[in-house]
Amino acid sequence: MNDTAAPAVVLAGQRPTLRRECAQVWARWELLVNLVTRDLTVRYKRSLLGFLWSFLHPLIFMVVLTLVFGTLFAQRTPNYSAYLLSAYLAFQYFLQTTTKAMASMSWNGPLLKRVYVPASIFPLSVALSGLVNLYLSFLPMFLVMAVLKVPFSWSLLFLPLGGVLLFLFVLGCSFALCSLAVYFDDVRLMYEAGIYSVMYLTPIFYPLEIVPERFRPIIFANPLYYYCELIRQPVFTGRLPEPETIAVAAVWAVVMLILGWQVLRRMSPGFFRHL
Amino acid sequence: MSDRFAVRLHRVAMHFPARREPLRSLKEWAIARLHGHHDGGVFWAIRDLDLDLRQGDTLGVIGRNGAGKSTLLRLAGGIIQPSRGEVHIWGSVAPVIELSAGFDRELTGRENVLFNGSLLGIPRREMRKRMDEIVAFAQLEEVVDAPLRTYSSGMLARLAFAVATSVRADTVLLDEVLAVGDQFFRSRCHARIAEMCAAGTTLMLVSHDLTTITNLCRRAVWLDEGRIVAAGETPAVLDAYRGSAGVPGAART
Repeated sequence: MNDTAAPAVVLAGQRPTLRRECAQVWARWELLVNLVTRDLTVRYKRSLLGFLWSFLHPLIFMVVLTLVFGTLFAQRTPNYSAYLLSAYLAFQYFLQTTTKAMASMSWNGPLLKRVYVPASIFPLSVALSGLVNLYLSFLPMFLVMAVLKVPFSWSLLFLPLGGVLLFLFVLGCSFALCSLAVYFDDVRLMYEAGIYSVMYLTPIFYPLEIVPERFRPIIFANPLYYYCELIRQPVFTGRLPEPETIAVAAVWAVVMLILGWQVLRRMSPGFFRHL
Repeated sequence: MSDRFAVRLHRVAMHFPARREPLRSLKEWAIARLHGHHDGGVFWAIRDLDLDLRQGDTLGVIGRNGAGKSTLLRLAGGIIQPSRGEVHIWGSVAPVIELSAGFDRELTGRENVLFNGSLLGIPRREMRKRMDEIVAFAQLEEVVDAPLRTYSSGMLARLAFAVATSVRADTVLLDEVLAVGDQFFRSRCHARIAEMCAAGTTLMLVSHDLTTITNLCRRAVWLDEGRIVAAGETPAVLDAYRGSAGVPGAART
C-alpha cells in the first residue's frame, strides 16, 4: 500500500500550470516516444520504400513546378529546383503538423477518457515526429542537390538548428489549433481553406523580388517566410541566414509558444466534454 | 479495510452540454455570443455528491443507464475534472475503462501491450517482464505477433483485460469490463479481481450484473440522476435497488 500522506487533488476549474504539465509529460516520456515511433512506423509503413514514398510528394511538387516556372524564374533563380524544394520542405512540415495535431485530438479522444494523460502530449508527439521526418527529408534533398550540382557549403550545418526554431513555432501553433479544433468542428475546415492562401503568400515557388515593393510588408508580416528562409538560405545561397531572419524567427517561435500554451491550458480542462 | 482514505469526493458536480447537437461550430458560437445568449442548458451527470473510499474497500456502483456511474468512476480516477467540488486521490489508480481505447489496429499484439503499458505509466522494461504472463492470461500465445486488425473481438477484449489488470495499483477502477470473453475467461477475470482485493487493493466497480457486485463488493452505492440514493452494505443496497424496479426517479418518492 502506498503510504504517501499527501493526496493528489483535482479541483473544479483548475488549469494546468506549465510546471505541472512539463512534469506530467516528463513522467510519460516513454508514452511520448511510443507516440512518435508509432506515428513514424505508420507513416513509413515499416519500410525504406515507405519513407521514400513520403518524400515523393515534395519531389513531384518540385518537378512539376520546375517544369512550369523553371524557365520563367531561371534568370533570377538558377537552381530553381533547390530554391523551391528547401522552402517547401519547411512549409510542408508546418502544414502537415498543424493539420495532424488537430486530427490527433479526435483520434486520441477515447484515450483521454480512459486514463489521465496531459493533453499537450499529443500535439507535442506530432510536432516531434514531423521534425524527425524533416531531418530525414534533408537526405534526399542533398541527393537532389548533388544531381543538380548545387554546391554544398558548411552553412548546411545550420539546418538542424533552423529545424528546431521551426519546431518551436509549429508546436505553439499546434497547441492553439488543436485546442480550438476540440471545441469547434469547423476550425479544421476553415484552417485548411485558409492555409493555402498563406502558402501562396509565402515566397516558396516564386522569388521575393517579383513581389512589388508596396506589397512586401504582407510577406514580411508572415512568420512562415522567415522559417522558409532559415532552411532555404544554407541550401540555395550557401550562406547562413541573416541574423535578422534568425532573430525574427526566434521571436515568433517564443510568441506562438506562449500564446499556444495559454490557449491550451485554458481549454484543456473542458476537452472531455467535447471529445 | 484500513482507516486511510483512497479516494474522497467532496461536493462534486459534473455537467455536460445539454443540447442534442452541441455547439460544434465556431461560426455558431460567435453568432450566439453576439446575440448575447450563451450555450443552452446543461445536463448534470453528477450533482453535489460526497463519497469516501477507504484503502482496501471494495465498492460496487449500480444504477440505471445514464445514472452517472461511468462519470463517477472517471472523477474518482482523476481522469476528468469536476465542474464543482474537490476530488482527493491517495496513491496510484489504475482505471480499467473502455479497454479498446489506446489499441492500434496496425500494431502487433506485443507492440500494443508495450504501448498500453506506457499509457498507464509502466516502464517498457517492466512491461517486457510481464509480457509472457499477460499473453498467457489472455491465451494469445499464437497470434501475439500479428497485427491487431486480425484479432476477433473476443481476443481483443481478453488482451485488453490482461494488460489493464497486470498493473499493480493501490486502487483499481473497473467499468463494466468483467463481461468480456466466454464464461471460462470471465471466471478467470473474477478470480484475478478477487485475488487483487485479497491483497489489499482498493476496488471500485461499475456493473449491471448484480451477482458480480455481490461476489466482489462489500459495499455498494446506488446512483440515480447523478445522486446517491442508497449506500451501505451490498445486500441492503441491492434489495433497495431491486425494489425500485428501475423506475426513473422512484428513489425520490
